Amino acid sequence: MATSLLISGGRVIDPGQRIDKVADLLITKGKVAWIGEKGAAPSHADSKVVDASGLVVCPGFIDLHCHLREPGFEDKETINTGSQAAARGGFTTICCMPNTNPPLDSQSSIDYVKKAAQAVGIVQVLPVGCITKGRQGKELTEMYDLAEAGVVAFSDDGSPVSSSRMMSLAMDYSLGVGLPIIDHCEDTQLTEDACMNEGWVSARLGLKGMPAAAEELMVARDITLAQLSGARLHIAHVSTAGSVELIRRAKEAGLKITAEVTPHHLTLTEERVMSKSDDNERISYDTNAKVNPPLRTRRDIEALVQGLKEGVIDVIATDHAPHTLADKACEFGLAAFGISGFETAFGSLMSLVHEDKLKLEGLISKLTIEPARIIGTRYGELGTLKPGTRADVTIFASNKEWTADSRDFVSKGKNTPFDGSVFKGKIQMTIAAGQVVYKSQ
Amino acid sequence: MRTIESSADTVTPDSLPPPSAAVWQHSHVLDLDDFSREEIELVLEIADSMKEVLGREVKRVPTLRGKTVVTLFYEASTRTRASFELAAKNLSADTVSIDASKSSVTKGESLADSLRTIQALGADIIVMRHSQSGAPYLAVHEVNSSIINAGDGWHAHPSQALLDIYTIRSHLGKTQNLKVAIVGDIMHSRVARSNIWGLTSMGAKVVLCGPSTLLPRDMDSFLKICELNGVSIENKIESAVENADVVMLLRLQMERQQSGLLPSLREYIQQYQLTAQRLSLARPKALVMHPGPINEGIEVSPEIAHGAQSVIEEQVANGVAIRMALLYLVAGGKNK
Repeated sequence: MATSLLISGGRVIDPGQRIDKVADLLITKGKVAWIGEKGAAPSHADSKVVDASGLVVCPGFIDLHCHLREPGFEDKETINTGSQAAARGGFTTICCMPNTNPPLDSQSSIDYVKKAAQAVGIVQVLPVGCITKGRQGKELTEMYDLAEAGVVAFSDDGSPVSSSRMMSLAMDYSLGVGLPIIDHCEDTQLTEDACMNEGWVSARLGLKGMPAAAEELMVARDITLAQLSGARLHIAHVSTAGSVELIRRAKEAGLKITAEVTPHHLTLTEERVMSKSDDNERISYDTNAKVNPPLRTRRDIEALVQGLKEGVIDVIATDHAPHTLADKACEFGLAAFGISGFETAFGSLMSLVHEDKLKLEGLISKLTIEPARIIGTRYGELGTLKPGTRADVTIFASNKEWTADSRDFVSKGKNTPFDGSVFKGKIQMTIAAGQVVYKSQ
Repeated sequence: MRTIESSADTVTPDSLPPPSAAVWQHSHVLDLDDFSREEIELVLEIADSMKEVLGREVKRVPTLRGKTVVTLFYEASTRTRASFELAAKNLSADTVSIDASKSSVTKGESLADSLRTIQALGADIIVMRHSQSGAPYLAVHEVNSSIINAGDGWHAHPSQALLDIYTIRSHLGKTQNLKVAIVGDIMHSRVARSNIWGLTSMGAKVVLCGPSTLLPRDMDSFLKICELNGVSIENKIESAVENADVVMLLRLQMERQQSGLLPSLREYIQQYQLTAQRLSLARPKALVMHPGPINEGIEVSPEIAHGAQSVIEEQVANGVAIRMALLYLVAGGKNK
């Protein structure tokens, strides 16, 4: 097996190094060895050559927010199937949320995930540890211990930390540990039994809605507490215009706050719950569009895109949330929240580029160097093609059309509102630590 | 039994117009949002014929003989269920009633599995009541049987809205430009939602009235986006009732007060009960309606509930005719 890989003639875009040019990229022993003019790579006689002409070559995508479901919910996803799905989506590093069973609130559970991911060996899996024991919101986890075990952040994702006191303590304590707190911002008193955005669609369908205020109240609270503590706060899956505005003001005030948005919140509205493209005659209650936070409005999408452009929102993260068919093939109010997102993320995001809402370089930056900054350098320098770094590379065709089909998903979760969507922009190859982990057929 | 049925055979239901394929396109009845005015008119017209059947000594026609109608109720109900079952029996259908409000969920059987089982038993029409909005929309994807929505969560109750429209028209002779005030818990009301679609299709003006905690926050944008221009929203019952042709009261669930949406029943009664004084603001012969069951002395004062303007019992009687019409149309209708 060749130990070198030469990716030849692609348009190399690496926002971390401000590179955007047609170039060759040489990978040796799992690391980026060299970037330079086409045909000028040093001593690559024995290397395997990948012809990337007409394609974009960029750092492997990093996902700050996904659910791999293992341990505990292996019928929804495993570390193996989730890793494969991530590779198919162009991701080479993924941060998995701790709402497993048992939750990732101890060194041993973190060890389990890391060992299982290494055994699978497809993409780099970096666990996020719980903020509170058992995600119960009552007692802090042993954060120093978890940090030593290798977590990159703390979150009780799925269950917001309701108590302001507990969140304040978590922020204070995390300061010493030096890792960020990621919060799923939701005032659950305002969202009890609710299952979609509160708006005209929920009024029409007779469903209880989650008001935007339920998210914004917690974003405001967390920002206020972050100001008090000086802690690093990362707001997960921002979905409302009001949240974007709160984060904008917090950043202007100089707080150490970062934020992420998902591909589905950038591209779909609440109306997707009610209308499927293939059934115009009748309304629907599409459980594949049931997600938390819920799909919002056109106005929210505009604010989120604007927030991305201005750097108010730092990162795009999938919130990949796979579920079984049974979890979704039921009454809307009883269905599980979540979208299986790895394999449609890039395709759906490219629509923003083709519609001139986002620059290609900007999109890549939100998927590479920006999440890498939040993770830090503990796992080496990520999100860039700098020589000497881990060779995580994604190659895609920006104009190639394809149709999303959940039957093709390698993820166990076929729960996607994008089924049948025609996307322009397709992942061609994913290389993690120098190994080809996905190649398009 | 046999003799009754064979005698029913000889009673030709010649008064039943055949469902016109050009007008009737529904193999399911889920809500009135996809009903044209012509389709509603057809239901009313057939209900008239059914009412004639109900007036006969032998209230039975053989129209649905050999068809099986299953009522599948995931929520307690007395009148709607009895009404559908009588309607089906009057049309000579075989009926099976399944009370799923206790058994199925605890047994862990999914709705889809229950529906497929019922289909396998040979159900031609499934009349379904469910506490979750949208449940019948799931059902139509799971089975080939016709689905009639007998109420889903807060969403829709089309047969109720049709019997309301039928009752209004039989009293007032028309629906065009009538003012219908719907008062009470709009937020949680499938009756109100279906009536919004049905009444506006029939040219009526609808005023929704209730305390703001019982009105969806985005009701106004729903009305605007769906171009339901004949519908407005009022907080004060006096404004809603003023010059109304019909005052329709909604049942107040006691849990609304317990969950904090209302400070007290006392204040609800003070602000929203239809009293003689408030009814006097409406047109002189305004109808008083209620989908039932009534909390007497809460939504409406007893003297009004049982007074000359009340058509509440008639609504129940008309319900059977409307449901006979729906079963008849659905059994012969085309796919939609």
